Amino acid sequence: MQTEVIMSGFGGQGLMMIGKLLAYAGLEEGKCVTWLPSYGPEMRGGTANCTVVVGDKPVGSPLITSPKAAVVMNQPSLEKFAPMLRKDGLLVVNSSMIPIKSDREDIRSFRIKANDVAAELGNRRSANLVMLGAYLGLDEVVSHETLLKAIDKSFEAKKQFLEGNRKAFMQGYERAKAGQSDE
Amino acid sequence: MKKIFGYPESLTPSHTHYCPGCTHGTIHRLVAESLDELGVRERTVGIAPVGCSVLAYNYFNCDMFEAAHGRAPAVATGAKRCRPDLVLFTYQGDGDLASIGTAEIIHAANRGEKITVIFVNNAIYGMTGGQMAPTTMPGQVTTTCPFGRNTEHEGHPIRVVEMINTLETPAFLARVSSHTPLHVIEAKKAIREAFRLQVEGVCFSMVEVLSICPTNWGLTTAESNKWLEETMMPYYPLGVLKRPAVDRAPDPMAIALPEGV
Amino acid sequence: MAKVLMKGCEAIGEAAIRAGCRNFFGYPITPQTEVPEYLAKRFPEVGGIFVQAESEVAAINMLYGGAGVGKRVLTTSSSPGISLMAEGVSYIAACHLPIVLVNIVRAGPGLGGILPAQSDYLQATKGHGHGDYKLLVLAPSSVQEAVDLIYEAFDLADQYLTPVMVMGDGMIGQMMEPVEFPEMRDLGSLPSKSWAATGARGRKPNIINSLYLKEEACNANSWKLKEKYDEIVKKEKRSEAYACDDGELDVLMVAYGTMARICKTAADEVRREDKKKIGVFRPISLWPYPYEALAAEARKAKRILVVEMSTGQMVEDVQLAVLGSKPIDFYGETGGVVPSPDDVAAKLRE
Repeated sequence: MQTEVIMSGFGGQGLMMIGKLLAYAGLEEGKCVTWLPSYGPEMRGGTANCTVVVGDKPVGSPLITSPKAAVVMNQPSLEKFAPMLRKDGLLVVNSSMIPIKSDREDIRSFRIKANDVAAELGNRRSANLVMLGAYLGLDEVVSHETLLKAIDKSFEAKKQFLEGNRKAFMQGYERAKAGQSDE
Repeated sequence: MKKIFGYPESLTPSHTHYCPGCTHGTIHRLVAESLDELGVRERTVGIAPVGCSVLAYNYFNCDMFEAAHGRAPAVATGAKRCRPDLVLFTYQGDGDLASIGTAEIIHAANRGEKITVIFVNNAIYGMTGGQMAPTTMPGQVTTTCPFGRNTEHEGHPIRVVEMINTLETPAFLARVSSHTPLHVIEAKKAIREAFRLQVEGVCFSMVEVLSICPTNWGLTTAESNKWLEETMMPYYPLGVLKRPAVDRAPDPMAIALPEGV
Repeated sequence: MAKVLMKGCEAIGEAAIRAGCRNFFGYPITPQTEVPEYLAKRFPEVGGIFVQAESEVAAINMLYGGAGVGKRVLTTSSSPGISLMAEGVSYIAACHLPIVLVNIVRAGPGLGGILPAQSDYLQATKGHGHGDYKLLVLAPSSVQEAVDLIYEAFDLADQYLTPVMVMGDGMIGQMMEPVEFPEMRDLGSLPSKSWAATGARGRKPNIINSLYLKEEACNANSWKLKEKYDEIVKKEKRSEAYACDDGELDVLMVAYGTMARICKTAADEVRREDKKKIGVFRPISLWPYPYEALAAEARKAKRILVVEMSTGQMVEDVQLAVLGSKPIDFYGETGGVVPSPDDVAAKLRE
């Protein structure tokens, strides 16, 4: 079994970071993982994405052009990656920032107002964790408990953000589990 | 019988390949005497350049490198950073240091590498046969400026130690000459002080030594000395440009030239 | 030691420390800047010296100085920077000095782009700088292998007194993978270097030099180098054969570095879906090139497909290995365009 997910959005939205959290959690569970960023002059602004592969066997290509899942946080990312998704793939959309929908009918779409959810929780910057939670709620490639541990580890040095990020992640996770997709 | 004059231990007893009248041999000796007097020959590593003194590794009786053209300060940086207990010097000409090696010398000086740079300025490329150097004087004829250096086309001669003197980093910077015995005595003081400051771990040190090149200038030695004095020295003033404050009794042998000429 | 998740560039830095390297000289260039950044931060903890040079030209000459005084030294750069280092590497090779040099290859020629490519193959394996010298070139295809090869590269450099290059592409440098580090080398156990310029105490001066004005001496040094290279050719060829052990192959792919991983994924896919037998041969040492091992695998194949992130720089070496006995096709993209497993699979189905 191998799962590939592309996480994409504006630079600064924290896509690289949630990709790393997923990879850490995969490693924690003894799985084979790779995390490959897009890199270049797009540290802020622009679109930035990373590809995470989690599997039971050594990962062949870390570069994935038809992924099983995409987590998109801005419209250019949806436009770029929705067409690339594998048939029956999963598209997790940040509907706070993406009014349009993918016209593909052979994929599963889940829409969540990640920015609004984060804002309600009082931490606007944790929209990325909401998205990660939603993704895991729909496809638990690693258990959400392991992922919470990865969050704990990542925010060891920045404890003030830990609780907010945990909450954001769990909000996304629970809403997705409950199938509360926006229309 | 008492021996009153001989080779310094830091020189190999060899005949150099330098042309008659050239002062490289003299400057080598000043370096060697300084190493002997400071007692550091056995922990000194020298870096030879590309240019007339390319074979300097045959003449100094200490461990030596031969560097790529202009890169001696980078080689010395690498060696010194890896082995701070060693005494590192580079010996470079004006093509090597002031043309192809400008980046390396400026940044080594700016990082304050604890190395000593002996920079021999004779206003011409010697080894390749008399081409224009960055230090060639306005109007001076060389094989690549056969009608004389035209400052409109080739710019003005570069005053290297002055340029390095603009850096904030503490350093010992001096310019001396090698064309008369009196100047040689002063040159020795500067070179010795430069090495002493390195040995004490104080700073980057660099001594520019004005030198003659009768062969490529097309002059006799006496005419060359006169040309150096009348043409080069007014443009390249002698003296100590920068000297760091050192918390110790002044060296009685220290160069006594006026500060900040 | 437990596995940690680490970016390739940072893992390379840590591996160098484990190998007993405490001296780094380099210049920032994408996509390898994380190596100097990592070492600038990590070196103070282990007594290492980090210098950001003014240029790649200066950096490689600092390595010349550091290797000449007997220390394990490292620089890392990317394609244009490696070009600038060519002169210095030639001096270092000519002086029989050990250094480790990493090229995280980006797209070229010219300023090219910052994305992954494999277009420095010929430069690395056939002729980097001037003169009769060779680089021992190792090409990892995972972060773990990059770590293992860096660790070994320092020993190989010391053993043969020669520059060793570890060549990865931008993906190796930027990717994060789980990695396990080898143990920290005891600095006291590193080979002693009596030839180093460390001060002529009680001995004749050591001279680190590559100038030989007498033609016989210059000739002799080149042949001394050649002798060493012959020894390396005899002993240091490395390669991996993937899925080559079940009879006649429909296609044998030849690829190195991350491209080989992409090929493995494509091979698995075509095996599964088309019931075709596909194998992958992966050279690990690009110089010396594993001609014999490739020839042995090629005998089993109907045809050969070379896949590279270049316009076909390795094809000649494959031709030399196979000597006309099998048809050879090539598929490549470069400039930062990375062939995907699907792209490669499509070529396999042609």
